[in-house]
Amino acid sequence: MTTDTVPTRQRPSTDGQPLLRLTDIHSYYGNIHALQGISIDVFRGEIVTLLGANGAGKTTTLRTIHGLIHPKKGKIELDGRDITTMPAHEHVRVGIGQSPEGRRIFSRMTVMENLQMGGYSRKDKAGLHEDYERVFDLFPRLRERRSQAGGTLSGGEQQMLAMGRALMTRPTLLLLDEPSMGLAPILVEEIFAIMKDINRQGTTVLVVEQNALMALGAADRGYVLQTGTIVRSGDAKDLLEDPEVQKAYLGG
Amino acid sequence: MSAAMNRAAGPRQTLGLRRFMGRHQSLSILVLAIIVAVALPLVVTLPIISGFGIQKDWVTGFAQAGVFVLLALGLNVVVGFAGLLDLGYAAFFAIGAYTFAYAASGFTGLDFPFWPMLLVGAGVAAIFGVLLGAPTLRLRGDYLAIVTLGFGEIVPVVFNNADTYTNGTNGITGISQPSLYGLAGIYGFGFTNPYLYYITVFVIITLVIMLLYRLQDSRIGRAWVAIREDELAAASMGINTVTTKLLAFAIGASTAGLAGVFYSAKLSSVTPDQFKFDVSFTALAMVVLGGMGNIWGVAAGALIVYELQSQGLKQLDQFMHALNLPAIALGPLVINLSQINYINFQNLLYGLALALMMLLRPEGLFPSRRRRRELHEEPASDELASPDATGERE
Repeated sequence: MTTDTVPTRQRPSTDGQPLLRLTDIHSYYGNIHALQGISIDVFRGEIVTLLGANGAGKTTTLRTIHGLIHPKKGKIELDGRDITTMPAHEHVRVGIGQSPEGRRIFSRMTVMENLQMGGYSRKDKAGLHEDYERVFDLFPRLRERRSQAGGTLSGGEQQMLAMGRALMTRPTLLLLDEPSMGLAPILVEEIFAIMKDINRQGTTVLVVEQNALMALGAADRGYVLQTGTIVRSGDAKDLLEDPEVQKAYLGG
Repeated sequence: MSAAMNRAAGPRQTLGLRRFMGRHQSLSILVLAIIVAVALPLVVTLPIISGFGIQKDWVTGFAQAGVFVLLALGLNVVVGFAGLLDLGYAAFFAIGAYTFAYAASGFTGLDFPFWPMLLVGAGVAAIFGVLLGAPTLRLRGDYLAIVTLGFGEIVPVVFNNADTYTNGTNGITGISQPSLYGLAGIYGFGFTNPYLYYITVFVIITLVIMLLYRLQDSRIGRAWVAIREDELAAASMGINTVTTKLLAFAIGASTAGLAGVFYSAKLSSVTPDQFKFDVSFTALAMVVLGGMGNIWGVAAGALIVYELQSQGLKQLDQFMHALNLPAIALGPLVINLSQINYINFQNLLYGLALALMMLLRPEGLFPSRRRRRELHEEPASDELASPDATGERE
């Protein structure tokens, strides 16, 4: 496992046009005003984390980006292109891959079949085989268990499969929803190390987390959500030092 | 050394056969279908079975069973492949049947030939499948079942009450039978010659099975499995869930349409009460009993269920009546096993059979490999203890 620290990774530039831009997003669940005007920028090559307690709106934000909920107000742009009302299944085509909350792997399909589903929209056979290898290199455990039913994997392996499956869509932007949920600390570290590897290979990552310490340790920048609004944002390092953030999320 | 070779030959041969069947799927299906089609009329001439009826009657029954095999095959696409519970499937059967009734009977004065009408009937049913599916397929599970149940009730009611257009309860009679244009002479299609119907339905079934296998192994087939497991995750993989589900509905409906055209031509008449809920239910029972998702299993299940209800119950009835048992008094209740009309017990037996199957063998008599995995593998993680808890969450 490549858990070694990043060898002088250049900090991605935050000038110019962001890869993903959310402008004043308002999303509702029925009458519940879940997101109350959220603006987020994710620049190419970055790892950005979205922090917040249960019910703060983290998953809602990801769902909104992914087209599962359409915002009542606001704009989502990918590389300058308006994708606010794009249906979920078309996101794969424009380069957004998602490892959803609760992993949602196809538990009755084998590991390999799960990865094949990830490549569903792709027709480049050679590229697909390249990417199976890439996923198996990132997650050697999946290679061992390639013909095992997804549902029989451990929680950590399922998380790896969910990430591997998302990578099979060959995303430019990878959305990770609570990758650490329900995992042992050692596995959480492993998952975050792999996330950094994925990022180093050129994929921009937006990761939603409750485990603020891990997430801020891995990310370039962060946003802190509280009841549907962003209350803090900035460099991950600064957020780690921020007394308010420490008090609320880091047990400081 | 030769012993070692012999030992090795066994598994290698079966492996070779399996590989051959995998590579030449349609050919294998054709061969298997021909074997079954030839074997069935021969088996019924065996001494024990021939006592139940002459070959011609059996073949008439098989041709009729073929209609239900088609229904079960089509419903299997909707329920088994895509996981959408359709309780009104008979509606598409009715639409196919009435399509041919309009196209080739004295009622309209038209006389379109049977063979192309098979495709037209399938197409018309598919259109209705899309019309029903488009507004309803955003519903899931129970809700979809209720809507389809309603549709299944509406269609026969409309045929029943739109007298001017459908001749109401009396239905449409005098529907043309298929024609071979004199090629077969006196051996052509007719009420007294079930063999041609038998062959026809077998050809249709064989073609449908070939197509279904190709669909199952295609991208669409994989998309159906994904949707059945987790619709949201399927959408994240880039699957357009709406059109994929609609396609399942349309293909299922078109198979029922095919069956309907054949059915109305064979009976030469259609009435609304031939397409009531019990047809939908019977088809569903066949799919479940045969093994949801398994094409051959569903076809075999349909044949078995049909023969059990048409022959099995009749024989049981005759047998019990012939026994002439004395009445048994259980307190105030007097039961005479020899005077019960067992043929009326059809629905009770379906219910019993389904309940027993769900308890003892929920994957069906001939389960698909995947379905067996679903029901008999020990879940390793706690999340899997209730797969639907994560699957259904919105």
